Amino acid sequence: MRQGLRGERLVALFILAWLAFHPPIVTLFGVSATVMGLPVLYLYLFAAWLCVIVLTGLVVGRGDAGGPDGPGETARGEREG
Amino acid sequence: MLIPSIILAAAFLYLCLLFAIAYWGDKRADAGRSLVANPYIYALSIAVYCTAWTFYGSVGRAAASGIDFLTIYLGPTLVFVLCWAVLRKILRISKANRITSIADFISARYGKTQVLGGLVTVIAVVGIVPYISLQLKAVSASFNVLIHYPQIVMPSAVSTVPLLQDTALYVALVLAIFSILFGTRHIDASEHHEGMVAAIAFESVVKLVAFLTVGVFVTFGLYGGFGDLFDKAMESADFARLLTATPSSTFGNWMTLMALSMAAIICLPRQWHVIVVENVDEKHIDKAAWLFPLYLLLINIFVLPIAVAGLMEFRGQQADADTFVLALPMLARQEGVALFAFIGGLSAATGMVIVETVALSTMLCNDLVMPVLLRLKWLRLTERKDLGRLLLGIRRGGIVFVVLLSYLYFRLIGESYALVTIGLVSFAAAAQFAPAIIGGIFWKTANRWGAFIGLGLGFLLWFYTLLLPSFVRSGWLDETLLTAGPWGLALLRPQALFGLAGLDPLSHALFWTMLVNIGAYVAVSLVTRQSAIERIQAASFVDVYRRAEAGQRFWRGTATVADLESLLVRFIGAARASQELAEYAARRNLNLGKMREADAELVQHAERLLAGAIGTASARVMVASVAKGETVSLDEVMAILDEASQIIEYSRRLEQKSQELEVASSELRAANVRLKELDRMKDDFISTVSHELRTPLTSIRSFSEILHDNPNIDPAQRSQFLGIIVKESERLTRLINQILDLAKMEAGRMDWQIERLELKEVVDDALAVTRGLFAERDIRLEVDIPAGLPKIEYDRDRLIQVIVNLLSNAVKFCDPVHGRVAIDAAVEGPGLEGGAVRVSVHDNGAGVALADRARLFERFQQIGNTMTDKPQGTGLGLAICRQIVERFGGRIWVDSEPGRGAVFSFLIPSSPAKAQAAQ
Repeated sequence: MRQGLRGERLVALFILAWLAFHPPIVTLFGVSATVMGLPVLYLYLFAAWLCVIVLTGLVVGRGDAGGPDGPGETARGEREG
Repeated sequence: MLIPSIILAAAFLYLCLLFAIAYWGDKRADAGRSLVANPYIYALSIAVYCTAWTFYGSVGRAAASGIDFLTIYLGPTLVFVLCWAVLRKILRISKANRITSIADFISARYGKTQVLGGLVTVIAVVGIVPYISLQLKAVSASFNVLIHYPQIVMPSAVSTVPLLQDTALYVALVLAIFSILFGTRHIDASEHHEGMVAAIAFESVVKLVAFLTVGVFVTFGLYGGFGDLFDKAMESADFARLLTATPSSTFGNWMTLMALSMAAIICLPRQWHVIVVENVDEKHIDKAAWLFPLYLLLINIFVLPIAVAGLMEFRGQQADADTFVLALPMLARQEGVALFAFIGGLSAATGMVIVETVALSTMLCNDLVMPVLLRLKWLRLTERKDLGRLLLGIRRGGIVFVVLLSYLYFRLIGESYALVTIGLVSFAAAAQFAPAIIGGIFWKTANRWGAFIGLGLGFLLWFYTLLLPSFVRSGWLDETLLTAGPWGLALLRPQALFGLAGLDPLSHALFWTMLVNIGAYVAVSLVTRQSAIERIQAASFVDVYRRAEAGQRFWRGTATVADLESLLVRFIGAARASQELAEYAARRNLNLGKMREADAELVQHAERLLAGAIGTASARVMVASVAKGETVSLDEVMAILDEASQIIEYSRRLEQKSQELEVASSELRAANVRLKELDRMKDDFISTVSHELRTPLTSIRSFSEILHDNPNIDPAQRSQFLGIIVKESERLTRLINQILDLAKMEAGRMDWQIERLELKEVVDDALAVTRGLFAERDIRLEVDIPAGLPKIEYDRDRLIQVIVNLLSNAVKFCDPVHGRVAIDAAVEGPGLEGGAVRVSVHDNGAGVALADRARLFERFQQIGNTMTDKPQGTGLGLAICRQIVERFGGRIWVDSEPGRGAVFSFLIPSSPAKAQAAQ
């Protein structure tokens, strides 16, 4: 049962990451502005990427735990970008 | 002091260090203290994905088209998110089948088909050789840039160096030696090459640190950090476009690169080799799932800054962006950083070449050369004593062949292309394997013809739409092929096939190759049938988690043990063969010495052992050559599979049945308990009833006997006795009537005449019946029935019976001297629909003790000592009242303060029929 849940979480994360790394979401950040001296697009891609990595680590590493940190962190990450 | 001799010495020392690490890794492995059996080394070894193309080419691509170089790394990240579903399954299957390469995997999945493995090998070699040559080109180009220090000379300006002065050639040869030494140590190709993996992991560290060093130097040395660098870049519109250009303009290209890199991370032979073949423990994939993407992220952080800085520093010059990683430190006269960057690029290139050649040579040997050699009967290979040496020889030859072929390609064609483009052509070739692999592990119906035709067509179109144009660019073929099409057929132009224009060449090729590849794979699989062995293999791949041992019974063992042993000895050596067989015998408690005929499982085991050495397809052929019996037929396979699934189905049903049985038996037990209880109650009831009946009967009989035996009895006494007899008979009749009533009610066979009633009338009727009682005992009666009570729906006679019972009870038990009984009624529970009506009867008798209240309403329960007091009722009145009231959801109870009388009340819903329906 737990493994099933882990699989489902990873599939959901995959879909989320897929959306985050593809147009039109990526296109949204193609503006000619900088945040803290960094171009928005550059910052967004790396921040989103890091979030995906962290979430993968959380889901895979603690297959049975880690409920609350799921969607919350991603939302935060996307806002950063 | 960057003179050629120092550069060469540094490169040479670096390569020596690699040899040392690999040697140490192998020594540790031999000693049983593995260096690589941990997830960190595993993740680092997967980072062989980052080649010289990443090291130099990413900057080049970023300088040309901005952020879209990232797609090459975001794709693998996406795949690793799904490691749980895809990679883990591939790992499990590969370990179970001793898979040695991607070709082996595909041929094993589709019925151990040699020709399929051969096709995969051909595609892999043709597709990957340009990629290896790209690494050699990178080494050569970076060396040529570096030796011109302090001048910065672009590689395109360097005339082609003579063959014997070309560093790339020597690097290629050294790498071939390395691969031979550390990549072909075992005959069993499914075994791990720990030294090689250790060296690869080390190279991954070196290239990461080198790239980060250059990045930090450029960003914080040449500029004042990210902010400064990007601020300066944003001033120029051209550079600002690079930083903010989104995939919207090149939407298709972005998707194409993502798809290609997602396929490549699994389908490139070297990735397959490090992820699958060199995997020590399946659990390592869990950590690698985030460690490897993290590595990719780190190595990409500085790509864009370096690209932008390079473009700004070399503005107006004819600068090749692929060399920025080297040229920027050189421009700043940072010799150490420049040399380290060169070493980093060298490590990226060498790591790739080593793993790729080992992976390709294994495929060449197991899936192309050996099957052909074994088929050539005149070689009499099958009769040779020791084939292990031959195997290793072929693999080593394969390594040299691949390396030299790559070098040749580089010399002939490589100069005309940017790094990235060559890499992507190879990615597109590797992506052709994706449908057969992914379909193979999830779709049972897929069969060998589907895979073969899909792969073949995909490969042909890849060749036509991507490789041919690259030949044109390098001047081998006439330009008109691209512009006008072959034989002037514009419809067949390789980069606008069937008039499909408007896509970039890569997206165009990916679209057509995947269309025919997946299309043919699915369509052919659906219209052709699987053979027996395909069906077995398909089941064992797709259901790998469920049936690890599926397909065990493919051979009907008619091979002799001796034949099998000699076969094993020839391929894996005498020592290993006897050791393996002894282990097998010990595990299964067999004495192989006494066995003549090998059973099916031993045959299977031998085939598995051979598969590790020569690939699954060849192993099957070899075992078939000694197993005299035929393989099982399709019908038998179906029977086996059916049998297995039937057994699973049976056991599932059995489980279900046993659960049902458990539930049923617990229900039965409960019912039994209840029945026993009822039985006991019935016995009690009968004995009480008999007792109650006997008392009046006894008195009737005694008085009748007295009258009978004494005819001269005094008339006054006679009439008294007769009066007693009559009264007792009446009591008896009443008792029997009540028992019958109660029984009927309890059995639910009572006829209920429901009508709308005015409560006041009912109470009046009841009072009329009992008026005599009150008069007789001189008891005061107070009636307080308010007008306007809601009408109630009930059986009139039964309700009267209840009230009469309560009234007569009150009469019986009230104070004998100043008897007073009151009856009142009120509406209660306005929450209930239509409300409920409560009727209470008060008396001023002795009251009811708390302990007696509950059992008062049970049958034959009378308050007081039944032994001394004469019973004043049948003991059934209140029980009947309760039955009547509770029949339609009402309630009856008693409140009392001992010594101050009792209040018997009952409550009935005003529309009980409705109330009952609502329950």
